[in-house]
Amino acid sequence: MSGVRHLYVHLPFCAHRCGYCDFVTVVGRHGEHDAYVDALLLELGLEAPLLEGELETIFLGGGTPTFTEPGALERLLAALPAAREVTVEANPETVTRELAALLSRNRVNRVSLGAQSFNTALLDVLERRANGDDVRRAVYVLRDAGFDNINLDLVYGIPGQGTADLERDLADALTLEPEHLSCYELEAKPGTRFTHAHGAELERQADAMEDYFERVVDQLTAAGYRWYETANFCRAPDEADGRDLRAHHNLAYWTGREYLGLGIGAVSTVGGRRWRNAPRLPAYVAALREGIAPARTIETIDEGTRVREQVMLGLRLDQPLVLAGLEGALDDAALHRLTGLGLVRHDERTIALTRRGRFLGGGVTADLLT
Amino acid sequence: MDQSRIRNFSIIAHIDHGKSTLADRILELTNAVSKRDMREQVLDSMDLERERGITIKAQAVRVTWKGYELNLIDTPGHVDFTYEVSRSLQACEGAVLVVDAAQGTEAQTLANAYLAIENNLEIVPVVNKIDLPQADPDGAAREVAELIGDTPERVLRISAKTGQGVEELMDAVVDRIPPPGGDPDAPARALIFDSSYDQYRGVVAFVRVIDGVFRPRERLRAMAMGTRFEAQEIGFMSPAMRPVDALTAGEVGYVITGLKDVSELRVGDTLTTEARGAAEPLPGYKDVKPMVFAGLFPTDSDQYPELRDALERLKLNDAALFYEPETSQALGFGFRSGFLGLLHMEIVRERLEREFDLDLLVTAPNVAYRVLERNGEWREVHSPADMPDEFDEVEEPYVRASIIVPKEYVGQVMELNNDRRGKFDHMEYLSPERVHLTYELPLGEIVLDYYDQLKSRTRGYASFDYDYVGFRPGTLVRVDVLVAGEPVDALSLIIHREFAYDRGRALVERLKKEIPRQMFDVAIQAAIGARVIARETVKARRKDVLAKCYGGDITRKRKLLENQKKGKKRMKQVGAVEVPQEAFLAVLNIGDGKK
Repeated sequence: MSGVRHLYVHLPFCAHRCGYCDFVTVVGRHGEHDAYVDALLLELGLEAPLLEGELETIFLGGGTPTFTEPGALERLLAALPAAREVTVEANPETVTRELAALLSRNRVNRVSLGAQSFNTALLDVLERRANGDDVRRAVYVLRDAGFDNINLDLVYGIPGQGTADLERDLADALTLEPEHLSCYELEAKPGTRFTHAHGAELERQADAMEDYFERVVDQLTAAGYRWYETANFCRAPDEADGRDLRAHHNLAYWTGREYLGLGIGAVSTVGGRRWRNAPRLPAYVAALREGIAPARTIETIDEGTRVREQVMLGLRLDQPLVLAGLEGALDDAALHRLTGLGLVRHDERTIALTRRGRFLGGGVTADLLT
Repeated sequence: MDQSRIRNFSIIAHIDHGKSTLADRILELTNAVSKRDMREQVLDSMDLERERGITIKAQAVRVTWKGYELNLIDTPGHVDFTYEVSRSLQACEGAVLVVDAAQGTEAQTLANAYLAIENNLEIVPVVNKIDLPQADPDGAAREVAELIGDTPERVLRISAKTGQGVEELMDAVVDRIPPPGGDPDAPARALIFDSSYDQYRGVVAFVRVIDGVFRPRERLRAMAMGTRFEAQEIGFMSPAMRPVDALTAGEVGYVITGLKDVSELRVGDTLTTEARGAAEPLPGYKDVKPMVFAGLFPTDSDQYPELRDALERLKLNDAALFYEPETSQALGFGFRSGFLGLLHMEIVRERLEREFDLDLLVTAPNVAYRVLERNGEWREVHSPADMPDEFDEVEEPYVRASIIVPKEYVGQVMELNNDRRGKFDHMEYLSPERVHLTYELPLGEIVLDYYDQLKSRTRGYASFDYDYVGFRPGTLVRVDVLVAGEPVDALSLIIHREFAYDRGRALVERLKKEIPRQMFDVAIQAAIGARVIARETVKARRKDVLAKCYGGDITRKRKLLENQKKGKKRMKQVGAVEVPQEAFLAVLNIGDGKK
């Protein structure tokens, strides 16, 4: 087995939990940041045998990684192995000169900013603490510190967001010339506080918001961005001195690479097994203090499942999926039908969704799979 | 038994007027059944049969009253079984006509009374439920006397529930109903008026011996069908089976045939002996043909073999049930089934679901059509999908509908009948308050929702019955439904040209609501031949729900996709379009769309 080359580290702490969020997060608990980082490093030690050779990517996600106590964060970053791409997620209001310097001197070379919107009223609906100016300021602070690979997360389909609001947000984001943009439709997950408060309004606006996805793609591709994954855009190489600005850590997921995840709620997939650490922080810390692995749910990924996942994820990308080895996972009749409908294109070696097919991604993929 | 001491009779009544209660009281009064056994032996006979794994029905019970042998012959209670009723009546010399003292005569009272009169039966009129506070025995007696041309004084007044007047009724049966005729020395002839199936002993025929004598172990022949068999046992029901050495002219009983298929022995056929057989069968045998057809499809296509087995088993006891395999491109494998009428269809469906635990999708019912094809040959068509695109003529079955309704609803009923292409035939007042209307109506206009409409327009007061009058030419067209250009066989309907546009319009509107948005625009069209008469479009979805997928939690995303896939599997694929099963029932609910 050639070693795992992708590492995810989960930092769950947040100043406050936003209404729409369903990630594993922990609010406050400043006193526990150090203990948690200790536990992360212990888990890294336990799993070190899986990591051979140089890592390609590291991703610190959250929570709000940059909300972590600077001392603890720096200790963690310094202890992590080297990698070609090291990304840290940050909320705009946490980005200070000090933080930028801390990230920079610890080999972080990519920052993903959770902007979501530039519109104060809409950010209020999302219960975000930052406003549009915070986002702008954060980007300039990071640029000043030398960061040349910045992602902005945007959300569309926010209750109350009209077409003009969406276009304004996209224009504001483009003004900042980010290397990368992630644009997700807001998901009102059943049972969340957010859905309870805004579900009815979203229902009412559903028709009007139907074409937002297309608008996002149109506006960003017109500005020279490559729509390389369903919800992700990067500056095209000819506008980026030939650099491949795709998020390589996420690409690893989408192309079926093995990865190791550390921290509460983190998922790993290695050697036909996928495991997910239990989400409770105290139990996680306690287990690792004892020198044992935290509680995990384990799933076996058999060959059939692996192949189906590869189709499911691979079709999210703009580069065609190579068919070799995937034959059993694809329904020939559906392939023929969807090709006829102009949703899929394929040749003898590869398959990909057409532009229209990509807008309907999940439905087309569900049809294609056996 | 001396023929002069035999009486054969039926009880005829509108539903719920007390026929079975009266039958029970008679069995009790004649000590055929003890009071204690009453419940389990008689009332719940169907359940009991099932428990014991046998299927003998007490179709004809012999009781003794003051030295007379009385045979009480049961009749099916609905118009769908008119032919069976008429055969049962042919086995009798008289009929007790029961009318509810509170309700008066109803549509089935009329239908049954006319049948009895046609069969030259002596009618003993009875007003039942005189113990009820709202009873009007005199009014009911006047109505029924007028109906059968008798005097109100001769109408008996009873309460089957309390037993009041039932003894007098028994005396009247003996006094008024003539003994059976027939020649005990002539070649043997017996009328089969019912049959059932016993899983151990095969088909059991219920017979009325007209001439001669029948004995066990004799070789017998069914004259119309040509079926031959040996009588394994003969006897009568009391109500348990009692074997005897002979059944002679005038008597009623059963013959155990050992035959394994009920269709070999049809109701109305004549039994005779192989040796010294009769030359002529009894008159009146008809091959009963199903008039109402529907597709039966298992909701879960894996249940197809179970459905086939269940139909086979029902058919053992129901010679009138017809079915043949049908393949619908929309609904998969199922059966096109034929029924005597709507009630028969409902009974079969309920038994399939209840006794065999099947989930069924029943397509909208249609009637049988006779089509004169371009090659000059007449063909019967049982499904709209089988209707040829081009033909010279088409005929549809008509019924004479008999409707009894309080006078304030006459206008409503007439309007409904006009909407349904009804032709007014006759109207008379049964009493100052109640009117009897007769119309000729195409059966096809009745099978969908006529009865529901009638009930709702008359607040439930109308009673309704019908009788087939034959096939008549119709200006009929086949309306096809196309979903994304593909004809959907299960949604085609045959309809009068004049109604085609409205119904087609209503149907596509209904379907638009039932078919979810797809990955492309879906046109829903109603068409007559190549001409589109209505069109709706289900607009394409423009986006898919995008589950975030930048974490490593790929399993969750995969499960979402698998759920989506499962949802799709519950739909029927019509070409490239996923159509939910509910959509196929849309045809049933478009009657409302019509005035």
